[in-house]
Amino acid sequence: MKCHHCESQATVHLTQIINGQMHKMDLCESCAQEKGVTNPENLSIGNLLDHSVIEAEKSVQGMVCESCGTSHQDFKKGGRLGCQACYHVFRPVLEPLLDGMHAGIEHLGKVPNRVEVEPAKVEEGPSIEEQCKQIKEELHLAVEAENYEKAAELRDLLKKLEAESASLT
Amino acid sequence: MFHDLFSSKSKAKVVKPTPIALSTRVRLARNLSEYPFPGRAKSAQKKKVLSMCIDALTGVDEMKNGTVVEVDDLSELDRQILVEKHLISPELSQAEESSGLFLSNDRSCSVMVNEEDHLRIQVLGNGLDFSSVWNVADCLDSHIESKLNYAFDSKLGFLTACPTNLGTGLRASVMMHLPGLVMSKNMDKVINAVNLLGIAVRGLFGEGSDASGSIFQISNQQTLGESESAIIERLKATLDNIVEQESMAREKLMEDDGMRLVDKISRSLGALKCCYMIQSAEAMDHLSLVRLAADFGIIPERFRGLADRLFIEIQPGHVQLSAGQAIEPGQRDHLRAEFIRKEFSRLPQLNLDAIS
Repeated sequence: MKCHHCESQATVHLTQIINGQMHKMDLCESCAQEKGVTNPENLSIGNLLDHSVIEAEKSVQGMVCESCGTSHQDFKKGGRLGCQACYHVFRPVLEPLLDGMHAGIEHLGKVPNRVEVEPAKVEEGPSIEEQCKQIKEELHLAVEAENYEKAAELRDLLKKLEAESASLT
Repeated sequence: MFHDLFSSKSKAKVVKPTPIALSTRVRLARNLSEYPFPGRAKSAQKKKVLSMCIDALTGVDEMKNGTVVEVDDLSELDRQILVEKHLISPELSQAEESSGLFLSNDRSCSVMVNEEDHLRIQVLGNGLDFSSVWNVADCLDSHIESKLNYAFDSKLGFLTACPTNLGTGLRASVMMHLPGLVMSKNMDKVINAVNLLGIAVRGLFGEGSDASGSIFQISNQQTLGESESAIIERLKATLDNIVEQESMAREKLMEDDGMRLVDKISRSLGALKCCYMIQSAEAMDHLSLVRLAADFGIIPERFRGLADRLFIEIQPGHVQLSAGQAIEPGQRDHLRAEFIRKEFSRLPQLNLDAIS
């Protein structure tokens, strides 16, 4: 799991209920230190989230939608966007907002007929050969560790896969 | 002076009112992709959007033989009456230019053009009935979509002026009559509990209106991150729960102090039968008890329908519609009382066996 603020591995996991909604945040050791997550008593994810909102706001400050003329200030004041393109322009500030506002941040509902739905990518798992190779490695480790029960399971699995592979060819 | 729209009452579907849930409504917010949202659109753009939407709607099956009204053409009073009928929002009634309403022949479907969004598609049904109301709204939306290019993003769904409507653009709501929860002082608890579930509770006329008549509009708040059916399922589960709570509260009120409750109902009937001047809020509260009495079986069932009709017809705009002109509040209260007295002139004996 990656840190909410940087790409490092997250080791600190926080969960807090704010206004009846559960917020989760994962941080790496150094970001946790930097955000002052050393004293659990005074910790509030709300403050950390606000920080990310502030960062996002900085990135769009002074920005104006070229298509309809709505400025970041207009949006902040009225809470309304001016056109389709605004959703692209103000996306950095919108995302954290939507997170708190809705059940999720991705549309799961109706799609207009005219919109061509992208075919879902078929996730190809590792090939049988790759699986066999991995099982052989695990089998080797299990034997070394004298875990014969696991080794037997792996051996059976390997046989099954090899038979499957033979029948395919 | 009044718009022709109000002269043809008979077109509206005749419905059989049910206890607790008065009506179900589904609203979909949609925008055209090529134009700025109404709040940002220039006059000429709004005009173009209005004519495009009206052209598109004219060819849609659900809106066949429907009525088109441009808000510009309506008097202040006409607009007020449409708000009281829940056919347009208070926001649209204040619209200055190029806003319109397309109403189906049986009045169950309406489409507002150039409100906060280019299109607000609305379908109304009787009692608690999401399955048919949603199906009609879904078909109507698809038919309109086949003629117009909606603003849509594959990740964010239907794009709306306010991000609170983003995604499905769906607001599903039910008008509920909850006198048991109000009288037992449990309504605040219910409101707080459902708010935590992302469900909003408002008064009869929506945002900012009070809860006179113990009537509440209960709707989903979240529109993104769930499918339409999941949103409706979740709302429906909450509403079923509220119906159960309301029924229990009513039973308990009757059990604990039935005599006082019957006394309250009788006094309300008395006030409606004999009032000489009455304001709408007071009348609403009495009518609420009439509806409750019909639910208990103390008075005939037809009074439930009468209460529902009067909830709308005693509103200030409607009283002036029956007067045929705009009149002062004092005169209105007098006319309202006269109108109500007539409706309640022949009241049967209370059937107290129904509650014993």
